[in-house]
Amino acid sequence: MSAAEEVVTEAPAVEAVPKRAMTLGVGTSLVVLAALVIAPLFVKNFIIFQMTMLLIYGLAVLALNILTGGSGQFSLGQSAFYAVGAYTSAILMEHVGMNYALTLPIAGIICFGFGFLFGQPALRLSGVYLALATFALATAMPQLLKLGYFEHWTGGVQGLVVTKPDAPFGLPMGQDMWLYYFTLVITIGIYVASVNLLRSRSGRAFMAIRDNEIAASAMGVDVALYKTLAFGVSAGITGVAGGLGAIAVQFVAPDGYTITLAISLFLGMVVGGVGWLPGSIVGSAFIIFVPNIAESISKGLSGAVFGVLLFLVIFLVPHGARQVAIVAQQMLGKLKKH
Amino acid sequence: MELFTNQVLAGIATGAIYACMALAVVMIYQAIDHLNFAQGEMAMFSTFMSWQMMQWGVPYWGAFILTLALSFAGGIIIERLLFKPLAKAPVLTNVAGFIALYAIVNSVAGLIWDFTIKQYPTPFGSSPFLGSQLISTHQAGMIGITLLMLILLFVFFRFTRVGLAMRAAASLPESARLVGINTSWMIALGWGMAAAIGSVAGMMIAPVVFLEPNMMLGVLIYGFAAAVLGGLTSPFGAVMGGFLVGIFENLVGTYIPGVGNELKLPIALALIITVLVVKPAGLFGRPIVKRV
Amino acid sequence: MLAINLRLGAFAAALALLAATSSGAFAQKKYDTGATDTEIKIGNIMPYSGPASAYGVIGKTEEAYFRKINAEGGINGRKINFISYDDTYSPPKTVEQARKLVESDEVLLIFNPLGTPPNTAIQKYLNSKKVPQLFVATGATKWNDPKDFPWTMGWQPNYQSESRIYAKYILKNKPDAKIAVLYQNDDYGKDYLKGFKDGLGDKAASMIVIEESYEVSEPTIDSHIVKMKATGADVFFNITTPKFAAQAIKKNQEIGWKPLHFLNGVSSSIGSVIKPAGFENSQGIISSNYLKDPTDIEWKNDAGMKAWNEFLDKYYPEANRADIFVMYGYTVAQGLEHVLRASGDNLTRANVMKQAASIKDLELGGLLPGIKVNTSATDFAPISQVQLMRLKGETWERFGEILSDDVGG
Repeated sequence: MSAAEEVVTEAPAVEAVPKRAMTLGVGTSLVVLAALVIAPLFVKNFIIFQMTMLLIYGLAVLALNILTGGSGQFSLGQSAFYAVGAYTSAILMEHVGMNYALTLPIAGIICFGFGFLFGQPALRLSGVYLALATFALATAMPQLLKLGYFEHWTGGVQGLVVTKPDAPFGLPMGQDMWLYYFTLVITIGIYVASVNLLRSRSGRAFMAIRDNEIAASAMGVDVALYKTLAFGVSAGITGVAGGLGAIAVQFVAPDGYTITLAISLFLGMVVGGVGWLPGSIVGSAFIIFVPNIAESISKGLSGAVFGVLLFLVIFLVPHGARQVAIVAQQMLGKLKKH
Repeated sequence: MELFTNQVLAGIATGAIYACMALAVVMIYQAIDHLNFAQGEMAMFSTFMSWQMMQWGVPYWGAFILTLALSFAGGIIIERLLFKPLAKAPVLTNVAGFIALYAIVNSVAGLIWDFTIKQYPTPFGSSPFLGSQLISTHQAGMIGITLLMLILLFVFFRFTRVGLAMRAAASLPESARLVGINTSWMIALGWGMAAAIGSVAGMMIAPVVFLEPNMMLGVLIYGFAAAVLGGLTSPFGAVMGGFLVGIFENLVGTYIPGVGNELKLPIALALIITVLVVKPAGLFGRPIVKRV
Repeated sequence: MLAINLRLGAFAAALALLAATSSGAFAQKKYDTGATDTEIKIGNIMPYSGPASAYGVIGKTEEAYFRKINAEGGINGRKINFISYDDTYSPPKTVEQARKLVESDEVLLIFNPLGTPPNTAIQKYLNSKKVPQLFVATGATKWNDPKDFPWTMGWQPNYQSESRIYAKYILKNKPDAKIAVLYQNDDYGKDYLKGFKDGLGDKAASMIVIEESYEVSEPTIDSHIVKMKATGADVFFNITTPKFAAQAIKKNQEIGWKPLHFLNGVSSSIGSVIKPAGFENSQGIISSNYLKDPTDIEWKNDAGMKAWNEFLDKYYPEANRADIFVMYGYTVAQGLEHVLRASGDNLTRANVMKQAASIKDLELGGLLPGIKVNTSATDFAPISQVQLMRLKGETWERFGEILSDDVGG
């Protein structure tokens, strides 16, 4: 092979999304919010549980979106952060007896630190190399959780059973509904904070790095700091999602946090539209409901049906739900003109 | 000391598996500039096809050649049908496509051939090789085949017009088009060749790990790691990477007290990442300089 | 059916005065959610996709078996509506599917959900809802715990008691053994290992010279075998799933390590382990079983095996008959059939659990001769017997008595 150094203009892995286009308009947001608030009053507990999971995975997809869509770094290791968050909450609740709500910020902070540290070596890696590094993290995590040394805390291969919280202050609602509204409030809080983060100075720095790292550093952006910061923020949010997930599912075990989860979250991001934060919830719906649809079509071939459906989606809308939203917006615009 | 030698030899034997797969990984990387997550499953499917032919009475080498040809054609068809339409879509959407392909191939193979393991024949026999019980004649044969493929690939990329054109098309598509290379067909050709190499890997690996739909799951992780360690641009590096990972992993498992055995994959991966941090293009890859 | 109604009728007549004050129902039919005059809804959760999809055939076999029951008129006149969902062996998905079955499909009970982590994830939920989690498809010991979890019941012999049996055999026949153990690093492997150590007792520490674990993601386990051989062990306890078991048997032969080989019952199938690994490499291996292995020529003319084959011909012709899971699914479905028949017209969840906990010496066509299903209010481990066997030629030669070593949860 030639020893000459290869010079390439590397096309950014993620297309530029103008920051305005990263969110929904005020009107649409309110409609979605109203739907999310009212819906649980009319459905069975089981559906409420599914909606809670929808929000939780939505948060995890959002976190990946900040990392990939925001700062252009690719991660297949989100399941590891999710697992750390879940175990943090579960251990604090079951061994320390801490209130579930208090465990979440701790899960978030621990994961932020973990992500920030992991971002340090990841700094020198990009593209497939970063993919491999994060992938390694995802495969290592279940094995770490199983280690005998931590078994007293983690429950080893058997996992930990978590108690589901009741509604506080004697509120007249079931556990599922309470947990749903609790999750909804946290989700909205994190969503709003994320939108503001991406609009802030830091957000502009993320996007400058995403679009062209060298140019960004030439313009005085501290590339190393912001890249690791993006990892930390993303891991922190994923950790909160993991903690919520542990409370909703009432169980943590290494088998729940394999590489499959990381891949699902990745698919959720692609389907929702990379870099488009509201798409996270669409992506989350995809990874929860499409497997159910696939298996109702064929048990023996559920994997294949899922694959075909995924192909259909990416053929029709290669840019995910964002593309649908843009088209819809244009059509609405035309209607208004007439 | 004997244990050390034995583990190194056993590492070379398993390393041959990784090397075989890593070659296929490098092949596809040369053609399309990213990794194909469905590669292992495609190889598994090819191996099942050859197994089926042998069940129908086709002799080993007949099935081998036929499978090679069918896999080559299959790879091209998959590219034309499923990935050509995505050529203009974002890279991450393509990755999602690989995952979809993975799910489809795995599930279809499971339905046709179910999940019980199947014995797969070897043309080389499985008696001890050169008196060493640690490497069987099959594993020696597999190393031989891997080296043969390596030489063929080297010649192909270095000395044939098509090979050079393919490299050009993958690394600088615009410029390649300007000098008259049909980049779109180069990609299809790359898929075909990667599928064919993968099928050889599958047919060599199956006698060791037994044939079943999930057989490539672990192999692919190690194959990726090997290819990345060796350098994704270098077939030679990929093969060396394969052997190194094999040896590496065994020594970690044997000599790191306490957690070594339970965590040998994570530790091996961590070491690879450390190598990458120091040498981002892999041990044998060409360094890449970015332009603003 | 008729007899039951008559008896119930007589009973009802005796209580006629009392009954008159209630709605005047003489039939004494009692139902919980999921059961009606015409239908019984049964829920099930299996990994049809994902890394554990090999087990999916269990669910498919059960589905076929209930189709057979329905074609033959159902149970006590009621058709079985078998609803089976995929959880990909991921506990969060298991919880979602279990809740869907209970709250949306409204099944009477959840039958034979597969895997220790998935079952652990739903155990608390099902017990708090008082929905039977019947005959779970895992060999963990903890399912036999009627005091804390009265709505959960196991099925197969548990891993710990099986490995205690090997331990006892070793203590008796090879007391100076140097033992190497290879186990899968998950709940299944660790359960076997624990039972084995308990069985060896004080001598465990001195007898076991190496405990080696592997991950399912490893392509081969060759290096573990090399390492174990180097210790000079002369007994090998092989706690591996079929693919790795076959690899280990083959590799042992290749590197010339010839210990006394104990193979866990999970991987004792002739068709899917021994044959691929090579009969010539497997001679003398000791294992145990409770099911008839369909690929063992010993059962060629066995009545139970013939019935199984007829069932597959008619209702599940594409099944792989070398797959022991097809036999497993068939047998456990027969177990449920027995419980539902015994429940008669009293199809409440409590009564189903009561009937499940009062099985006496039930013999099923798929079980080895002499092995019987037994439960009681304090024994939630339906099958707790196995028989040791040794591979000779192309078949397992069973030896010794039917053994049982119940371990509570």
